[in-house]
Amino acid sequence: MPRAWTVGLTVAALAIALVLPFTLSNFRLFQFSQVFIYAIALLGLNILTGFNGQISLGHGAFYAVGAYTTAIMIDQWSVPYGWTIPVAGVTCLVVGFLFGIPAVRLEGLYLALATFALALAVPQILKYFEHWTGGSQGIVLSKPNPPWGLPINPDQWLYFLCLALLVALFVLAANLLHGRTGRAIVAIRDNAIAAQAMGVHTALYKSLVFGVSAAYTGVAGALSAVTIAYVAPDSFDVFRSITFLVGIVIGGLASISGAIFGALFIQFVPNWAQDISKAAPWAIYGVFLIGFMYVMPRGIAGSLRLAAARWLRRRAEPVASATGSRR
Amino acid sequence: MDTLIQQIVSGLATGGIYGSVALALVMIYQATDVVNYAQGEMAMFSTYLAWTLLNAGLPYWVAFVATLAIAFVGGVLLERILIRPVENAPVLTIVIVCIGLLVILNSVAGWIYSYIQKPFPSPFPSKPIRVGNIYFGAHDLGALAVTLLVLAGLYVFFRFTTLGLAMRAAAQNPVSSRLCGIRVGWMLALGWGLAALVGAVAGMMVAPIVFLDPNMMAGILIYAFASATLGGFTSPGGAVLGGLIVGVIENLVGTYVKFIGTELKLTVALALILIVLVVRPSGLFGRAAVHRV
Repeated sequence: MPRAWTVGLTVAALAIALVLPFTLSNFRLFQFSQVFIYAIALLGLNILTGFNGQISLGHGAFYAVGAYTTAIMIDQWSVPYGWTIPVAGVTCLVVGFLFGIPAVRLEGLYLALATFALALAVPQILKYFEHWTGGSQGIVLSKPNPPWGLPINPDQWLYFLCLALLVALFVLAANLLHGRTGRAIVAIRDNAIAAQAMGVHTALYKSLVFGVSAAYTGVAGALSAVTIAYVAPDSFDVFRSITFLVGIVIGGLASISGAIFGALFIQFVPNWAQDISKAAPWAIYGVFLIGFMYVMPRGIAGSLRLAAARWLRRRAEPVASATGSRR
Repeated sequence: MDTLIQQIVSGLATGGIYGSVALALVMIYQATDVVNYAQGEMAMFSTYLAWTLLNAGLPYWVAFVATLAIAFVGGVLLERILIRPVENAPVLTIVIVCIGLLVILNSVAGWIYSYIQKPFPSPFPSKPIRVGNIYFGAHDLGALAVTLLVLAGLYVFFRFTTLGLAMRAAAQNPVSSRLCGIRVGWMLALGWGLAALVGAVAGMMVAPIVFLDPNMMAGILIYAFASATLGGFTSPGGAVLGGLIVGVIENLVGTYVKFIGTELKLTVALALILIVLVVRPSGLFGRAAVHRV
């Protein structure tokens, strides 16, 4: 896609995002804040799984660490929530980096297995440290008011907060992935041995990517604790991790914009499907997971890019043949 | 001392169940290099089918055999329909397809049978068996016996029949096997069928203990992962032995290590998996994977 298109679409999307809070109901705004939060988490998982090729079936765990870091800091030490978000990010960076060290030694399937076990164990661990986490009751927080006397309601403020963090983190990720570091990250996925031969420190990169990915997901978890104003162990079960996997597969593996499409999907599709049956959202997730792998392995973002490229080529062709520049 | 023996025996019983799910995982892994994340849900679904047959009035063992047959055919069909198209795809694709299958089976079971727990009958008497001062649950012993019987059957099948030999050959060297006239694709499908069958046995043996519900296999699957990892993903015997060891460890840790108790059971499995993967990734009895560069 031409660069002008990408810039134009991004500006248009941002303009819509800025107008939305003044036209939608508070409940819809809350839903869109959730979309932004999911998008941050999905981008984190996509950096690890899509770009670096390390399969994680346990990113719900880092989401939980982020959410609980924030919730415990607010609940136990009354820290202002604004400070807890970066702390949650750094905590997850460290936890992710540490988990990444043994993970480096594990290839594809084994890593998937270890992270899957992590995802299954998280609710139990959360319930066990009852003193801090409030056990299965969870922790109830209060919704923050907008600062500096801004003339907006709390839902609008949270919406803007999530949007601002989303944009900042997306710019950060784009810079990371489009540069020298990003090429090294992708090279490790495509051929680890060749990358190593070219002088990429594979082990260090892999654990660092694990850390960065966990940090993104942790920030998303922290934001979710603030916007929902409640954390409970059972909302961080293995299905949370699978939801994230669904998000990056549907949105598009190894695509930055894919995170947004994936987030929209995992936020809104289950809501609609819930009307059919309690089990329907998951049946639909499963069908979409397998279906996308067969027919659209690059997800929505990849397919859109393909369609745009095809359209451009078709438009360009008559001109090209008229001037005789081809062949 | 009596408590110790009793805990070990009931550990062996649950360990047998972990071992059979682990065996099912290893069978599919060896044949196709796929770790089947849907193995637990396949077992759960077969158990629901058995429950339906029992409710229709069939005697236990008739329903048991019928379920095994259905599970086998179902496993073969799943391989043909879902896995075959992505046979040569990257690991990530296959993992995602298996996860997709997991959530589909889980939600369909919830849809049809609801998420309410159902009791599942045991074919064994409920009266405990007494040896000296120690009481053993009849179901524990029965489950262990059934599991060992299935394993013995599989061993005989793979060791002494032509079909078993062909399946082993197809798993080990697909190209040469194809040149010998073995239909490799079908051997893989048979592998899935057998794995589904073993899973169904495990499901029916564990359901009387944990009750029947769509999420009943999640905990068992993670223990089966731990067993297969401990025994080695390349060793069927190792997986079963790994299962027995894990079952006993789980019970002893739960009884004697106070701060873990039953609340951190899954965390024990997680720790076990991580320790084995870091210290000895090929497991106790597995071969280290050697890649040609």
